[in-house]
Amino acid sequence: MGKFKKIFYSQKVAPYVFVLPFILSLIIFWAYPLISGIVMSFQEINFGNRTFIGLANYAKLAKDKFFAIAVGNSVEYMILTLILMIPIPLLLAVLMESRITKAKGVWKVIMYIPALTSVVISGMLFRMMFSESAGSQMNQLMLFLGKTPIAWLKAKWTAWIALLLLCMWRWTGVNMLYFVSGLKAIDGSIYESADIDGANAWQKFWYLTLPLIKPTTIYVITISVYAGLSMFLESFMLWNGNSSPKNIGLTIVGYLYKRGIEKNDLGYACAVGMVLMVIALAINVIQLIATGTFKKED
Amino acid sequence: MGKNKTMESNHRVASVLATGLFVLLCGFIAFPLLAGLLASFRPGRELVQNGLAINWDFRTMTLDNYKYLFGLGGDNSKVDSAKYFMWYKNSLILTILTVVLTLLVCYFVAYGLTMYKFKLQGFLFFMVIATMCVPFEILMLPLYQEVTTLHIINTRAGVILPGLCAASTIFFFRQYMQSLPHELLDAARIDGCTEYGISVKIMMPITKPAFASMAILCAMGSWNNMLWPMLVFRDTNKFTLQIGLNTLLTPYGNNYDLLIAGSMFGIIPILVIYLIFQRYLIEGMTSGAVKG
Repeated sequence: MGKFKKIFYSQKVAPYVFVLPFILSLIIFWAYPLISGIVMSFQEINFGNRTFIGLANYAKLAKDKFFAIAVGNSVEYMILTLILMIPIPLLLAVLMESRITKAKGVWKVIMYIPALTSVVISGMLFRMMFSESAGSQMNQLMLFLGKTPIAWLKAKWTAWIALLLLCMWRWTGVNMLYFVSGLKAIDGSIYESADIDGANAWQKFWYLTLPLIKPTTIYVITISVYAGLSMFLESFMLWNGNSSPKNIGLTIVGYLYKRGIEKNDLGYACAVGMVLMVIALAINVIQLIATGTFKKED
Repeated sequence: MGKNKTMESNHRVASVLATGLFVLLCGFIAFPLLAGLLASFRPGRELVQNGLAINWDFRTMTLDNYKYLFGLGGDNSKVDSAKYFMWYKNSLILTILTVVLTLLVCYFVAYGLTMYKFKLQGFLFFMVIATMCVPFEILMLPLYQEVTTLHIINTRAGVILPGLCAASTIFFFRQYMQSLPHELLDAARIDGCTEYGISVKIMMPITKPAFASMAILCAMGSWNNMLWPMLVFRDTNKFTLQIGLNTLLTPYGNNYDLLIAGSMFGIIPILVIYLIFQRYLIEGMTSGAVKG
């Protein structure tokens, strides 16, 4: 026992004791489900009876038109959120950090508040604001503009206004704060020497801020790609369940949920998950190559 | 002198414009919450019939929804109120447990990964990053099966355990500890402190700010978490607040009094924590973004 105690307390063994929970969690709650998900995607699972069916799930996926809609929607959503959620928060962050904005602390505190609101509550609020009755906020706006009320959530492009506004409402402040902290890490004296060289505000932004803030930009793009591709609950809340008219709100994870949880077709749902993983990793690698992260910097 | 004056007035115009933009933006941000708050003082059926809009008509406002929420509006109200506060209590317990356990485990893991040199170190840190690269949604179904097999479905353990070693939290603690002086460890060793004693008595107090920022982020995540708890919890009396509120969102709208008042009341705990600790939160949230 004394010997065991001595080993346990030695400097060689201690780090392994510290990281043991992570190793266990890695094996039990990450590697195992990941591998089991890959295996299941090659199986047909009927109430516990598993049959190995090779690539049949994937072959079926390739012809599944609902899956095609889901992938289309998820990719479209990801692209639109990247367009909206990178440049705007970046510009807001630059403004926020510049000398001209007053009472910065107040705006920062308020702009983070939507992220505290759960997707259930914020989704419910947006659903009601975009409701089809004439009294809803958006239809009152339409009436004010001299137009007739519309059923926002029933047609794709009006519904996506709601979806994207919900996303912007929740995450603009968060992304802005990411960029603010990136800007704070930039050495201010660089701008002073640029001032001496007579650079204008635009040149300073384009030639100094943008390259220097690149690590933050890459980080925000990466999390936005993942969040965009795996979006589900926003749509789930906006349409009050997992079925939207003509599947305008169906996403990859929504389809995974529908197949796996609602229809209990686990093998097929796992194949959906694997496609999602491949798309996510592929986009990430392309993005990292494009932004030059893999290049050795000196 | 003249040039300085125009520059100064230019600066003032820019200042008004920039600040004005943020005022406008914060107005937009406050809008849905304000509309929801005002609507919580009106009958829920108005929400179903008219949708949600800002309505300043104070004369028609009542406290009925909140009376109902607190069980002061008749027999139905007592039943619903008991149900709502059970969800509230479940959420509170789950959040506290999640925060305490996740932070402790992640702290010690990060400590082991940062403060020692050992064989598996590089590999394990790589795995921390790797786990961040697989979206949770992909693991969700196999994990659901696994949790069922382990007989921790429908329990708090089933919700908490899979997320206990949160990669982002480990990552943050590691970032924070890297900036601390490692010499402290050797000094403590000479004083006769054990390896585990050092991690608790010497390092933990210095890491307090990191604990504060991770606690808020973790609490927010747990309080608002929906997807995984929705799969794990099956009994109505085990539901968290978010799952419970979601069950009230029926197309018939018969429960909207409770829904709107309950939603507004459900934001309060996390809002209070945020307003007290927001300084730490911003620090913690953005730590990963600077170094990339």
